Amino acid sequence: MSFKQSSWPDRVLSSFVWTTAVAITAVFLWIIFSILSQGIGQLSLSFLLTEPANAGREGGIAPILVSTLLILGVCLVIALPLGLGTSLLLAELTVSDRRLGNWVRRSLDFLAGVPSIVFGLFGNVFFAQVLGLGFSILSGGLTLACMVLPLLIRATEEGLRSLPASYRHGAAALGLSQTTTLFKILLPAALPGLTVGLVLGIGRALAETAALIFTSGYVDRFPESLLDSGRTLSIHIFDLSMNVPGGDANAAASALVLLLVLLCLNGMATTIAWRWSTHR
Amino acid sequence: MISSSSHTIQTSPLLEVHNLTLHYGQRTAFADVSFSIQAGQITAIVGPSGCGKTSFLNCLNRMSDLIPDCQVAGQIRLGHIDILSPRTDTLRLRRRIGMIFQKPNPFPLSIWENLALPLREHGIKQRHQLNEAITTALQDVGLWSEVKDRLRSSALALSGGQQQRLCMARALMLQPEVLLLDEPCSALDPIASGIVEDLIIRLRPRYTQVIITHNLAQARRIADRVAVFWVQAGTGRLIEFGTAEQIFSAPVHELTEAYVTGGKG
Repeated sequence: MSFKQSSWPDRVLSSFVWTTAVAITAVFLWIIFSILSQGIGQLSLSFLLTEPANAGREGGIAPILVSTLLILGVCLVIALPLGLGTSLLLAELTVSDRRLGNWVRRSLDFLAGVPSIVFGLFGNVFFAQVLGLGFSILSGGLTLACMVLPLLIRATEEGLRSLPASYRHGAAALGLSQTTTLFKILLPAALPGLTVGLVLGIGRALAETAALIFTSGYVDRFPESLLDSGRTLSIHIFDLSMNVPGGDANAAASALVLLLVLLCLNGMATTIAWRWSTHR
Repeated sequence: MISSSSHTIQTSPLLEVHNLTLHYGQRTAFADVSFSIQAGQITAIVGPSGCGKTSFLNCLNRMSDLIPDCQVAGQIRLGHIDILSPRTDTLRLRRRIGMIFQKPNPFPLSIWENLALPLREHGIKQRHQLNEAITTALQDVGLWSEVKDRLRSSALALSGGQQQRLCMARALMLQPEVLLLDEPCSALDPIASGIVEDLIIRLRPRYTQVIITHNLAQARRIADRVAVFWVQAGTGRLIEFGTAEQIFSAPVHELTEAYVTGGKG
């Protein structure tokens, strides 16, 4: 700190702030180190390309990667159009009808705070049982979509709202329709912000376990269709470390893979956000 | 016949404003404004800040629709069109009445896209037609030689004065009858401001222009007619309207006299 610390409350506060900052960083480094030291020995190309054997104690995670990608795909195919539509409603069309906007926004904030296990139970009842999709990649992806939607919508809405009003005024003064204004001017301009929201949403979906246990199931072979059960990386880690004695090494290696993917995604989001802010 | 009709266009009113009043919620921005805007002339609107000049200008192309809680009463006619009628197609209206804003507002697209967008919207999609119209518009605003080699680069990379001229070219792409200019020079440096001012003068015979300006010297240089707005009892009023010569050399209203001689405002 640049100013002189003469009083003791300042010194106490200062040491408290430093301690917390160091503690947080230490926990992060500890997790990384622990996963790295346990998992790096198992990690290899063949780990990524072979099927698990002996309940996952041996072999790799190829089918698990495939299931993860499929569930993520289903989630995005559903969540992207719904999220875009809702955020457009919130940012562009509810300017004159604030009540509707506030209702939608409040519901979304509520949904964002719902624990993922509740989403899991909902998905199990609604998608797996009522709609008859069973334990399947489809059920899992749809449940994930419900979970990711609030995050995606609010990020997209913020992206659209942060655009200067002069774009809208300029477009209106030229007699451009709302559709043209949206698709030719506003959405392209908001694209970096939307991408950041999307990447964060994907990150949350990838890390999800509780919502998927009851919906996409545990099966660790290659899925045959979207109606087949499939196991994601996070469930694989959970299962290996909780239910399979001797699965710790492969659990750590899977965690390492997940961690690397998430770090890459976060890095992408930060880069995009940084480029956006400096190129404006 | 042609020469007589073109003569009548020079002197006939293109826009007629009758008893125009605008409220933002409970507050009255301006009230009872009536005057005519002549075709092919530059009409300047002057007056101190907060007297409703911009609000007035926004009514002429119904940009006032975009402001929540904004209510407009009275009548504005563009030829046979009742501008304020709910049945008036605002998208079409705004193609006939273009607008230039105080702060240049090019879209975050390339220079070429900025100009092509309004034309494409109105049905012109052929590339050679677009290129031709874009070249003409850029030449009209004197920007062609400066940007002809970088039409594909971002419009946001242009200087403030260039951006404002690009916005004027963008408005001209639709060949409007009227141009509304809301203090188009106030965000520009003196040199860029002079260039835009010359451009406004050059466009005079082809377009009817209504310009808000805080710069009385500018109003004197470019305007044919001047409308003086003033705040009276918290509400904007039109206190005097006349030819530029009359307003600046023989003002009738004492506030106008004080304003144009620099005593007030």
